[in-house]
Amino acid sequence: MNLVRNHVLISIDAGTIMAGARAVEKALIDEIAAQGLTAEISVLETGSIGATGQGVILVVYPEGVYYGNVTPQDIPELVEEHLLKGRPLKRLILSEIPVQHVIKKEKTGLLKEQPRIVLKNSGIINPENIDEYIAENGYEAIAKAITSMTPDEVIEETKKSGLVGRGGAAFTTGMKWDFARKAAGDIKYIVCNADEGEPGTFKDRLILEGDPHKLIEGMLIAGYAVGASKGFVYIRGEYALSIERLEKAIAQARQYGLLGDNILESTFSFDITVMKGAGAYVCGEETALIESLEGKRGHPRNKPPYPVTEGLWAKPTVVNNVETLANVPEIILHGASWFRGYGTEKCPGTKVFTIIGNVSTPGLIEVEMGTTLRDIIYEYAGGIKNGKKFKGALVGGAAGAFLGPDMLDVKMDFVNLKEYSAVLGSGAILVMDEDVDMLDMLKSVLHFFRHESCGHCVPCRLGTAQLVKIIDRISASKGKKDDIDKLLKIAQVMQATSFCPLGQSLYLPISSSLKYFGGEIHSRVR
Amino acid sequence: MYREQTLKKFNPALDNILYILHDLQDNNPEHYLAKEDIRACADYLEVPYSYVHSVASFYTMFSLKPRGRYIIRLCDSPPCHLMGSQSLLDYLKKSLDVKVGETTKDKMFTLELTSCLGACGVAPAMMINEEMFGNLTPAAVDAILEKRRKEL
Repeated sequence: MNLVRNHVLISIDAGTIMAGARAVEKALIDEIAAQGLTAEISVLETGSIGATGQGVILVVYPEGVYYGNVTPQDIPELVEEHLLKGRPLKRLILSEIPVQHVIKKEKTGLLKEQPRIVLKNSGIINPENIDEYIAENGYEAIAKAITSMTPDEVIEETKKSGLVGRGGAAFTTGMKWDFARKAAGDIKYIVCNADEGEPGTFKDRLILEGDPHKLIEGMLIAGYAVGASKGFVYIRGEYALSIERLEKAIAQARQYGLLGDNILESTFSFDITVMKGAGAYVCGEETALIESLEGKRGHPRNKPPYPVTEGLWAKPTVVNNVETLANVPEIILHGASWFRGYGTEKCPGTKVFTIIGNVSTPGLIEVEMGTTLRDIIYEYAGGIKNGKKFKGALVGGAAGAFLGPDMLDVKMDFVNLKEYSAVLGSGAILVMDEDVDMLDMLKSVLHFFRHESCGHCVPCRLGTAQLVKIIDRISASKGKKDDIDKLLKIAQVMQATSFCPLGQSLYLPISSSLKYFGGEIHSRVR
Repeated sequence: MYREQTLKKFNPALDNILYILHDLQDNNPEHYLAKEDIRACADYLEVPYSYVHSVASFYTMFSLKPRGRYIIRLCDSPPCHLMGSQSLLDYLKKSLDVKVGETTKDKMFTLELTSCLGACGVAPAMMINEEMFGNLTPAAVDAILEKRRKEL
């Protein structure tokens, strides 16, 4: 075997493919061959490293140099300078890449510190190769669970870790599993909610694209704990690459006997099916998702009964978000107290945030729960673009809350934000600079909900239509004096009477925008 | 017939309905679910026509109207809105001479809006068929459309 001198990782995810990663990859391989370096330099594909909007990204190891915005035309120079002569090509180096892996103790100088639990392997390993996942302690947690823990012990450890659902509802994961385990019936299901539709959120996509085996392992552990032998992953139809990568990963896991009958020669059997959605935001609600899985319109169900007792095909069903399940293998492997070493007392662990809008370096970061909004914006995302002032942020997606400048030092976790009548939601942070028209942003949020209201219940169906009518009127400078009161009142009724969280959640963006930007919005009506 | 071949790929179970409809739509030369597609799916799954129609009409990725060769789906969720998707929409409407949901006369492009595509880091973003595009400007849109026109 030849000794490889350099590894060049190329990030292949939806974002970099968009920027032309495939052409760069081909140019790189061809150029390395042309220079006769094929035996010494290995080109490997990996998932997203977390930066977006930086074009095609390459990482050269062992130096750990990150290059961004690479084009096929740059390749001859890059190969000659860095790979042949050993001089990093300064003009393409990314200085603001927020990656560091505390678990791996890897230092890369300029890079900001991030404790990566969920994204540990993303941008490091080849997501299409199960061996690389296994080399990073992959599938050790499920082996540990099966061979040395009872299902009850797995549930107990998960409860002790304090892990709560990362999709936004923040329900204790271990409790959910416990309910489903104790529910009557032999057939139980694990459903992974990968119907990521909350505007501004793309964390699940990058986990699926960057480390699909981690999700499989998380689902295996959940299945073992609950006593389920069948799992489903419901992915948005728009996420073509996620579906492709996950299906490949499932096929490999089956080949290795990590999915199927008698896993690791135990009595535990488990298999996973991928389901492709067809574009409906409401299917992110767990009972609507279950309806859709059953082949129906995605209308939410009445609760109770909750899915843990009567879910898919009326069987006990656990519905967990991708990020939640991706936390599980590390918790089982390292223990609950290790996990509690991250984050806050009430809200342990990390959170993956997508930080976007008017910031210098938009992207995806994983930081400890309780990191301040200021740190996330100024330390990780490079501050406000073009040196402008921070005006506000929409945190938690369209169903989230607006925050004003006096909230910059708020600690970002599920428990703390609740105290300020805000939510962490899915972890989307949309940043707005001083020039943004807040009424226009609110209008966009309301239009989103009108489009996504499923029409099942009256308050939401009519309410969203009325809200849009009123805000369009205000935006066209034809607003009436009591229009803003009307917005609030309608949203209040919707919050109290809508059938599912979709209609209930409009009150928050409306009330919070008025709380922080009320003067500006009121000035738009005569 | 593509319909028979498509249906054969799936078990006739109701939980396959979204996969079946996706596949029928992808194989329909006009990229939509025609009455014949819905009928074929209903017969295969042994459910009423109205049932399949109700499912197909619920999900935004399915179209019940004929569409062009390229389906442009521009994101208009708040993150893309903040980064200027509205002016891009106006530009697309003007340059294609269509309204949202309509197809150009030459049957090349259909203009649709979509909710968040998860490409917010490079907003404003759109998809054309399976391909994603970000950091869009009118000039970038022109180049993308022109490339597709030339491919014919």
